[in-house]
Amino acid sequence: MPTFFERRQLVAPGDLLAEGNYFAGENTFKNEEKVYSTSIGLVEFQERRVFVVALKAFYVPRVEDIVIGGVTDVTIGGWIVDINSPYPALLRASDVMERSYRPQRNNLTSIFDIGDILIAKIVSYDRTRDPLLTVRESDLGKVTRGQIVGIIPSKIPRLIGKKGSMITTIKSETGCHIVIGQNGRVLVSGKTVEDEQLAIMAIQKVEEESHTSGLTNRVAELLKERSGR
Amino acid sequence: MSNETLINKDGLRIDGRKLHELRPTKIEVGVLSNADGSAYIEQGKNKILAGIYGPKEVHPKHRERPDRAILRCRYHMAPFSVDERKSPAPSRREIEISKVIREALEPAVFLEYYPRTAIDLFIEVLQAHGGTRCASLTVASLALADGGIPMRDLTAACASGKVDGKLVLDLNDIEDKKGEADVPLAYMPNLDVITLLQMDGQLTIEEFTEAINLSLEGCKQLHVLQKEALKSKYISVREGVKE
Amino acid sequence: MSMVTRIQQQQIAQLVSKGKRIDGRGLEDYRDIKVEMGVIEKAEGSARVFLGRTEVLVGVKIEVGRPFPDTPDAGVLTVNVELVPLASPRFEPGPPREEAIELARVVDRGIRESKVIKTEELCLIKGKKVLIVFVDVYVLNHDGNLIDASAIAALAALMNTKVANYEVSEEEVQVKPGYNQLPIQNYPIAVTFAKINDKLVVDPGLKEEQAMDTRITITIEKEGKICAIQKAGGGLLTTDQIVEAAKLAKKKATEVRKLVVKE
Repeated sequence: MPTFFERRQLVAPGDLLAEGNYFAGENTFKNEEKVYSTSIGLVEFQERRVFVVALKAFYVPRVEDIVIGGVTDVTIGGWIVDINSPYPALLRASDVMERSYRPQRNNLTSIFDIGDILIAKIVSYDRTRDPLLTVRESDLGKVTRGQIVGIIPSKIPRLIGKKGSMITTIKSETGCHIVIGQNGRVLVSGKTVEDEQLAIMAIQKVEEESHTSGLTNRVAELLKERSGR
Repeated sequence: MSNETLINKDGLRIDGRKLHELRPTKIEVGVLSNADGSAYIEQGKNKILAGIYGPKEVHPKHRERPDRAILRCRYHMAPFSVDERKSPAPSRREIEISKVIREALEPAVFLEYYPRTAIDLFIEVLQAHGGTRCASLTVASLALADGGIPMRDLTAACASGKVDGKLVLDLNDIEDKKGEADVPLAYMPNLDVITLLQMDGQLTIEEFTEAINLSLEGCKQLHVLQKEALKSKYISVREGVKE
Repeated sequence: MSMVTRIQQQQIAQLVSKGKRIDGRGLEDYRDIKVEMGVIEKAEGSARVFLGRTEVLVGVKIEVGRPFPDTPDAGVLTVNVELVPLASPRFEPGPPREEAIELARVVDRGIRESKVIKTEELCLIKGKKVLIVFVDVYVLNHDGNLIDASAIAALAALMNTKVANYEVSEEEVQVKPGYNQLPIQNYPIAVTFAKINDKLVVDPGLKEEQAMDTRITITIEKEGKICAIQKAGGGLLTTDQIVEAAKLAKKKATEVRKLVVKE
């Protein structure tokens, strides 16, 4: 059962990755017995599963994901939130209001206004409707301080690291509170702007070098150096 | 002025190429910072830029499809791209080419993954010298890949034609205007299928069959260049970290 | 309901795989073709074609005008298509959109590349005044395969066209009484195939067009050479399918031409 590339080789759309009894994983498709790549990325083989870690991808909503988005519109029923995906997300007024009364428009803007950044969770999404958000759980809601940095969504697992090793390193070395939105937005808030800048620099380094090894150590060293701790 | 032939006695064309030789081609991926995906090609004197936005919400909303994304394509020539200034308004030729390019790419893109969205493809011909619809397709396919749009295959396109009675590959502007036939063709190399095919001029069926095969050869060579362009953008990041 | 339902699409595909079609035709059969010439007296030439229930009317008008700067001694041929709203619930009023533009350009290509008319003979005063031949294609009813119907109608209209007696004296063009028939040198015929269930069917009807995954038109001139090709509608073709279509197009063009050009 042949495979045509080695692990972590760069592949392009249409490249034949494997032939035979393989399962077509992320960013691949199967035609007859052949598995092809759909994207530019690094191919991975795990047992009988072939998949490609795309080097560039946008966020497709998934239920239960935590996302960070900006309010772009206030309507009678709620807020439209840009979550960096092909689909705008909706936060219903009823999610935030305790009682079910019909709020006037200006009451809603006093809660969240255009330009506000929210941390929310996707409660529902399917092919026929735009994603629906909630801010009801703890740790969700409006962001009042800190900076947002963008990162390609497919790199987020690398940013978290094995058992959270990477993100824990960054948090501890910079003393920042970090919230990772699955939609490719990361909120960094620290005691000082310099701390936040340090964390952002680390996050960007992870994004650029995500496909290399020994990254966690290099990031830790860089942070120790720069922060003078 | 003498009646110049397009192929001289040594079998060379007016730009010095052999009959089956592609014009010198340079491709770069990821050249624009705002577009979600982009690519640039220089093929002979052609200079063409492609950029994509999307998938994103469809405006006007009644255009959206519940089961898949729509692909919209605008092929446009800059006023300064040709010898005599071309008006910026879309010409009938540009509208037809926009349509055939879109139809050539639709089978490649997994439109069904993103219902109710639009993928907008913009092609700007900055300088034109024959075979722009093919070069546009070659570069548009890379812009889509650069934007992370999942596809079944890359698309490469190349025209062949008949000039001074001989079949040649990759006609330039003069050969296109003065030659006897022009056959633009777009190809998905891994799936081995043709997604754009047009022809004008006069060819027997045998000549036409030969022309198709010649265009396919050109497409395969361009496909190699496409992959190199993709890899050189991403490999350099990798290499830089190896130490 | 003019849309083809999923069930109908499946029916069409299944029939095709057995070599049959919903209207009982064979895969290589054209619908009935009827050609009438000279139907609009005010036009210099005209023709109406029925291809099954598809109906196309073409009028040819000739005017004196300026030549193109790069061909100062040649007349001008221009083809325009109107998909009038009454022809189909899908057609909306307004300027020609891409479907009409593509159709016009494919018909134009067939006429131009096979050199139906000698544009050099349409020059009156070099660089200043030439004859402009307007071929206006009016689609009156869309029941599939507008290209072939329009191409036949355009050819028949040109064959029917009378040119006034233009006389040039001292940089002035005058119209004298009498007419000459526009000399026609070639008889291109467009043959369109739809790909359904991986098979090619000739002359798709409207429902077949809605069920097909791609379409290819091959225009053949009188000597059997290909003078125009347009693949349209998304979808894929293999080289073998294309070559097979070209050979079949040559055969069908000869048959259809006999209906237009009476020996």
